[in-house]
Amino acid sequence: MTARTKQTAETPAPRMGDPAITPQLVKEHGVSPEEYRNIVKILGRTPTFTELGIFSVMWSEHCSYKTSKPLLRGFPTSGKRVLQGPGENAGIVDIGGGYAICFKVESHNHPSAIEPYQGAATGVGGILRDVFTMGARPIACGDSLRFGDPQDPHVQRLIDGVVAGVGGYGNCVGIPNIAGETVFDDVYRENCLVNALALGVLKHSEIARGTASGVGNSIIYIGSTTGRDGIHGATFASAELSEASEEKRSAVQVADPFMEKLLLEATLELIRGGFLVGIQDMGAAGLTSSSVEMAFRGGAGVDIEVTRVPQRETGMSPYEILLSESQERMLLVAKKGKERAVGAVLAKWGLHAAVVGKVTASGLHRVFENGKLVSCISPAALADDHHPLFPVAHLPMRRPAYLAKAWAFKPKSLKAPKGLGQALLSLLGSPNLRCKEWVYRQYDHMVRTNGLVLPGSDAGVIRIKENGKAVALALDGNGRYCYLDPHEGGKIAVAEAARNVAVSGGEPIACTDCLNFGSPKDPEVYWQLGQAVKGMAEACRALKIPVISGNVSLYNESPQRAIDPTPIVGVAGLLEPVKGQLRTATQWFKRPGDRVYLAGESFDELGGSEYLAVLFKKKAGKPPRLDLKAEKALQGFAVAAIRAGLCDTAHDLSDGGLAVALAEMAVTGGRFGARPLGAEIALASRLRPEAALFGESQSRALFAVQPGQAKALESLARRHKVPLKALGAVKGDRLQVTLNSKPALDLGLEQLEKTWRTPLM
Amino acid sequence: MAAMHFSVIQFPGSNCDHDCLHVLGAVLKQKASLVWHQQAQLPRGTDCVVVPGGFSYGDYLRCGAIARFAPVMDDVRRHAARGGMVLGICNGFQILAEAGLLPGALLRNRSLKFICDYTHLRVEHARSAFTSLARPGQVLRVPIAHGEGNYFCDAATLRRLEERGQVAFRYCEPDGRVTPDANPNGSLDSIAGVTNEQGNVLGMMPHPERVSEAALGGEDGRIIFESMLAALCRR
Repeated sequence: MTARTKQTAETPAPRMGDPAITPQLVKEHGVSPEEYRNIVKILGRTPTFTELGIFSVMWSEHCSYKTSKPLLRGFPTSGKRVLQGPGENAGIVDIGGGYAICFKVESHNHPSAIEPYQGAATGVGGILRDVFTMGARPIACGDSLRFGDPQDPHVQRLIDGVVAGVGGYGNCVGIPNIAGETVFDDVYRENCLVNALALGVLKHSEIARGTASGVGNSIIYIGSTTGRDGIHGATFASAELSEASEEKRSAVQVADPFMEKLLLEATLELIRGGFLVGIQDMGAAGLTSSSVEMAFRGGAGVDIEVTRVPQRETGMSPYEILLSESQERMLLVAKKGKERAVGAVLAKWGLHAAVVGKVTASGLHRVFENGKLVSCISPAALADDHHPLFPVAHLPMRRPAYLAKAWAFKPKSLKAPKGLGQALLSLLGSPNLRCKEWVYRQYDHMVRTNGLVLPGSDAGVIRIKENGKAVALALDGNGRYCYLDPHEGGKIAVAEAARNVAVSGGEPIACTDCLNFGSPKDPEVYWQLGQAVKGMAEACRALKIPVISGNVSLYNESPQRAIDPTPIVGVAGLLEPVKGQLRTATQWFKRPGDRVYLAGESFDELGGSEYLAVLFKKKAGKPPRLDLKAEKALQGFAVAAIRAGLCDTAHDLSDGGLAVALAEMAVTGGRFGARPLGAEIALASRLRPEAALFGESQSRALFAVQPGQAKALESLARRHKVPLKALGAVKGDRLQVTLNSKPALDLGLEQLEKTWRTPLM
Repeated sequence: MAAMHFSVIQFPGSNCDHDCLHVLGAVLKQKASLVWHQQAQLPRGTDCVVVPGGFSYGDYLRCGAIARFAPVMDDVRRHAARGGMVLGICNGFQILAEAGLLPGALLRNRSLKFICDYTHLRVEHARSAFTSLARPGQVLRVPIAHGEGNYFCDAATLRRLEERGQVAFRYCEPDGRVTPDANPNGSLDSIAGVTNEQGNVLGMMPHPERVSEAALGGEDGRIIFESMLAALCRR
């Protein structure tokens, strides 16, 4: 052991009122017998009740990533733009001109399943704090949601609460929600998924970190008072949901977005004023994780006196104060001599502050109650995954038994639908493909006046007022693909998010991920996790998109079922001005007469498709294959075409395939001051009609260009080695598609738009 | 023309303050500054006060109910009494209504949900300082973003508003027809914005600052700010 990790002989005295340490108590804390033996080894004695609580949260999956970390090491995390990779509150990438963006996605699944409004709201609050504690001003957020069947009243209650919660928080703080997705599948009935992303902008010189250093410096607590809410939230997030979870409602925190707004403004003033050594959000595991991680990163010791912590309830024990997850609280270390300046900023924003401890030379994390030692642990043992006794789970993996059967299914065995038009309408009106305006209408997506592309296209695009550039953002993930083939599904999650960004004009520069899986103790689930991460890492490497932050959410299970493996990827892309102009593309047709082109190759790929799910209630077959070289070429071509001003209309092909994409291009414009426009499309294909129209082959996109630009687009595609086919033209008020000269689709815009736009709820 | 001086009031919880500052300063090239709610006085030379949108004091108790007691509001009242222009947008409208500078109140949206969407507004007349450059009946496309924008007042007040031409904007269809479908939040008589009797104080739920640049998908909001500048010029 190094000096830093050495535990001294300081021994806390037993505390009156604390329960005795028994195997039963250890088990209730989710600490395994082996982990407990290691705790005793680290301390050289039996832990106190407070210490057991600290170990249990810091070694929980939520904080320690003990089962996922060995797998995550495969992610590429560096690159020429990366200023901060994983390991801090959020990652940071350079966007030029001395500016950078900071972003991260995080889950709040279990709290949302129990208490949808507060669970979702505090999810948004937590991720915003992760971003502004890095010194970045949040300028956008996004969300990725999964629910069960929207006809089910239980699910409707969750949807209502979650959407209102995501909106309620972001709207109040004033952060536009510019990207997201909402997907329905029975596997999420009990265990909905709520992943929230936040993105901020900052100068390189303004980066703040969660570190404690400078012996004698004061550790200052700001924000809300501490209550008993959220005790063991991190542990709660690290076990399956069950009937008993209802009883853990107190593990869900309560949101106060107004307090967050004050914290945000005060924090940025403190960081930009240069008054701080370090700052950290009290998120999962509250005061414990923030003080431990700051001590560990700074290589310092920290002393905390719990009686100085502002409390909203009486009689709280050190254990409760340390493990509380009350929201909207931060811990900071002020520079010597700047304490008054810090006080003035906090007073301006009406925030209470309390000095709760100091930085020491002991190298230990020590907690006192009225001056009496109640806990004394080496920070490295709690936070350093290289510590020899830090928990690492080497769990068995097994290829799931269901796969052989699912792969044996051949979509060709199903009868083709009688009417292709009716099939298209069924898809367009299905909960997953229908317009999600009913969701994002409840989110303020225009505040901060930066929206160049608002929700309703493939990616949201916001300008960066500070340096004249713009950032595109998209969130994606396909649980069905990952269930059927986690490796390919993981690749596609990255590729699809990046493709959405690219067809909007942004060059993908970095990503963040949230891995939503079932219990890793199930060897089949652990295999899914391993495969998905491997696929994602391959895609990130091939597409040159480093992972700069992320979150792992395991144990997404109920007694009824485990969720489909659902990695969610958020990709940010950069738009550079050309001759002072920022060029974006959106998915809706803009002018009659524009030529319509399909880029990429189509195969007979209906396995795992929305078509099978909606029309045949089938989740089977092999999902589409992703050729990373073709994907890279397509994305490069899309960015180049948009940047060169060749086209302002582009749309990624994904769920529902070509026919759904064409219909969306025809009817989306209505919301954006444009009118719906039809098209005449002539397809030539050797594929079966349903595969040609609804197949979900990857690495494809549609473009619409003015006739004068058609030649230039064609030659650009050749240079990028992207197959490009002219399909027809924007025209009239119907979507008319022929397949090998035979009529395949002929639908009026009014019917298409009504089917697609009628709100689901 | 010398630049006009706009004071944008900043309450804890304001979140459209910087957006207003950006439009007035960077886009319209006027002098614009933030005024902290605790200040007892507006900066000298203030031509116009803007009370921006957001969630002042978290909208706790009731939207705008706490903000009206802020120290700076006394001077805003004096500024209005002197005939100075005051524009309240969204939460700013709620605050001005709570402060008694404008008639009526803003209730929960009929749907009980927060709504962020484009709306169309019919300019009811061009007599006020805020609409002087618009044609009566002109339709503007301006977004809303609120949970409590459902305008309400009693019958006598409504009659007075009508008689004195205090209704500045109504929600309408793109062609200008005022219909129940075009009313996003249940506002009485589709009212989207009202002025005081003198016409120097305007409150509106829609956000003109969000559609004052072509890059953001619309410039219809500019006519309100430009009307204000024209009115200030005339004085």
